[in-house]
Amino acid sequence: MLPALAVVGGVIILPWVFTLWMSVNEWRIGGAAHRFVGLENFARLLGDARFLDSLWRTLLYTGLSVVAPLVLGTLAALLFEKKLPMRGLLRGIFVMPMMATPVAIALVWTMMFHPQLGVLNFLLSLIGLEPQDWVFSPATVIPSLVLVETWQWTPLVMLIVLGGLASLPQDPYESAQIDGASAWQRFRYLTLPMISPFLLVAVTIRMIDALKSFDIIYAITQGGPGTASETINLYLYTVAFTYYEVGYGSAIALVFFALIIALSMLLLHLRQKSALLAGGLK
Amino acid sequence: MVQEWAPTRRRLLGSAVALGGSALGLPLGLPAAQAQGSNWRKYAGTTIEVNLIKSPRGETLQRHHREFEALTGIKVNAEMTPEQQQRQKTTIELASGSPSFDVVHISYHVQKRQFEKGRWLADLSGFIADPSLTPAGFWDDFAEAGRTFARDGQAVGALPLSVDYWIVYYNKELFARKNLAFPKTFEEMAETAEALNDPRAQVSGFVARGLKNANTPVWTSLMLGWDSTPIQDGALQTDTAGAIEAARLYQRLLTKAAPRGVSGFNWAECQSAFLQGRIGMWFDGVGFAPPLEDPEKSRVVGKVGYGVMPAGPKGRAAATTGDGIGVTAASAKKEAAYLYCLWATSKEMGARLFASGSGVPFRNSVLADAEVRKQITMPAAWVDAVAQSAPVSRLALPVVIPVTEFRDIYGIALTNMIGGADPAAELRRATAEFRPVLERSEKA
Repeated sequence: MLPALAVVGGVIILPWVFTLWMSVNEWRIGGAAHRFVGLENFARLLGDARFLDSLWRTLLYTGLSVVAPLVLGTLAALLFEKKLPMRGLLRGIFVMPMMATPVAIALVWTMMFHPQLGVLNFLLSLIGLEPQDWVFSPATVIPSLVLVETWQWTPLVMLIVLGGLASLPQDPYESAQIDGASAWQRFRYLTLPMISPFLLVAVTIRMIDALKSFDIIYAITQGGPGTASETINLYLYTVAFTYYEVGYGSAIALVFFALIIALSMLLLHLRQKSALLAGGLK
Repeated sequence: MVQEWAPTRRRLLGSAVALGGSALGLPLGLPAAQAQGSNWRKYAGTTIEVNLIKSPRGETLQRHHREFEALTGIKVNAEMTPEQQQRQKTTIELASGSPSFDVVHISYHVQKRQFEKGRWLADLSGFIADPSLTPAGFWDDFAEAGRTFARDGQAVGALPLSVDYWIVYYNKELFARKNLAFPKTFEEMAETAEALNDPRAQVSGFVARGLKNANTPVWTSLMLGWDSTPIQDGALQTDTAGAIEAARLYQRLLTKAAPRGVSGFNWAECQSAFLQGRIGMWFDGVGFAPPLEDPEKSRVVGKVGYGVMPAGPKGRAAATTGDGIGVTAASAKKEAAYLYCLWATSKEMGARLFASGSGVPFRNSVLADAEVRKQITMPAAWVDAVAQSAPVSRLALPVVIPVTEFRDIYGIALTNMIGGADPAAELRRATAEFRPVLERSEKA
């Protein structure tokens, strides 16, 4: 018991207590001695336009990075559930992006996004479309980064949904078929409600992952152009490790942590409700 | 506080390099121990940790570590990281009081004030005065500018390693194709860039850093043409007429003549584009030249012109940055670490740096050495650009503690300008954001 408590205390509780302590101090690496300022750092957040922008951007990025893989992953699961020729091989290829290292992915996509040398603009030119600036324009940087997230994490959603589809009972489908339900109706009124707990698991995992996404954004854009792709994580990193304001950075970290916890709780609550609903259907 | 180069430097580089100089130095390849007469073996058996910035300067040092080990018997464990990450790592480790390295490579233009304020570097003045460690005349051989960089009051921090002038690289073939001459003024530079620009042929007239933070020295360099500097006597000058005009020129060059996506370009992307032969002019540090003349990497070998910065409305100035190498105050092996710094700034290493085009050493005897000049692999035009930049060199960035915040905040404003934002409004916003940061840092 004691060793376990020591590990939990040393690895989890102590860093959090220390972060909390830093957040109520004006604390700058290499600066003067730190000074207790109470909740001043938290109050400063409310007037920090860059923080508020990064908060909005984080929510947008997270929303898109959850919805796109969810839709595509569900469609892929429905496709790969069918008995296709070479299904195992195709599934294997489809999940490969998930296994790649984020920084390696970022470097490959950075080259692909390159306005002059990148393959994406070359592909656009083949179908007669104008070249795009992708991650090099404030207007398109967020959708472009979401494209990378979607490419990498759609397979995860597919695997989760495939697991859900495999566990579905066949009786409701047979009854529906006898009643003359169309394929869409069977999906809409049977499959979707019954796999909703699995979808919510996928949403929860994707949401947490997208909220704390750092490596791909940092490696591709460093939050730019300007601050157009600066999410809370990147701003937090800049404040703490570029400006060396670890006190203020800790306050941002705590607010960010609270945001993740709040959203996760909301999703867990929804999942419980949907599990009850799906249970009723089964 | 913004400082300008001392005139002695101008005389030395301007005359000695341009005219060939006298043969004061020793030939390349002569063992450093013989060349400088220090007791190099005094700390044999020691192991030191060296932290280098990934750059042509750091790479040149790392390539010759075995030579240092053979000379001194000191084992070197070196790590080399990209500059942004190196700055973060060194700051955090040094602030902790127990850094993992004995020797640290610094960018004076970013880290000098911060390191001085933190008292993170050992005072090397005692070692310099010790004849068992340092050959006579060593300190006096550095250009005054280098000594100014290194001094912290009476103390000496990082030894001056290399100076970097900002020049304009240009593609002579593209210029000839449009019958254009190298510009003499900023206005001509903008007009020439626009004349060279030909999107259909995938040719851009001009490129410079557009990536936030990295792009700030481009703007401050242009400001020098209006005889304007970001901070004057402690007061911010970043929303004055000169600053705004420089920002307008930056915006004009990077929106009317630069390649698509330039707002994401750091020096490496600019260099890549220039190497492809698709860029008319590229404005950056002189130390990035070697790959341009490497047939394995470049499509513009033999076609590159090296021009000194054109004149602005109020004069010509070559923006200047510098590197140093020092011993950490917390090191328990200061003498051995100092020997490394001594070796890194030796005539032999300086000559290698200069000959390869990776940088320009601060040591006068290297710059004036006719033998060294014979070894230079870069074209004569490159050496001329160095020589002509020296007399008009001025610091590219303000010597303040929050240089990184300065670069970041103004860098965002500059990137926004590439996106079409109004330069005056962006500079006013950035100045309002940076002013309290500067005030806090000075009070701390």
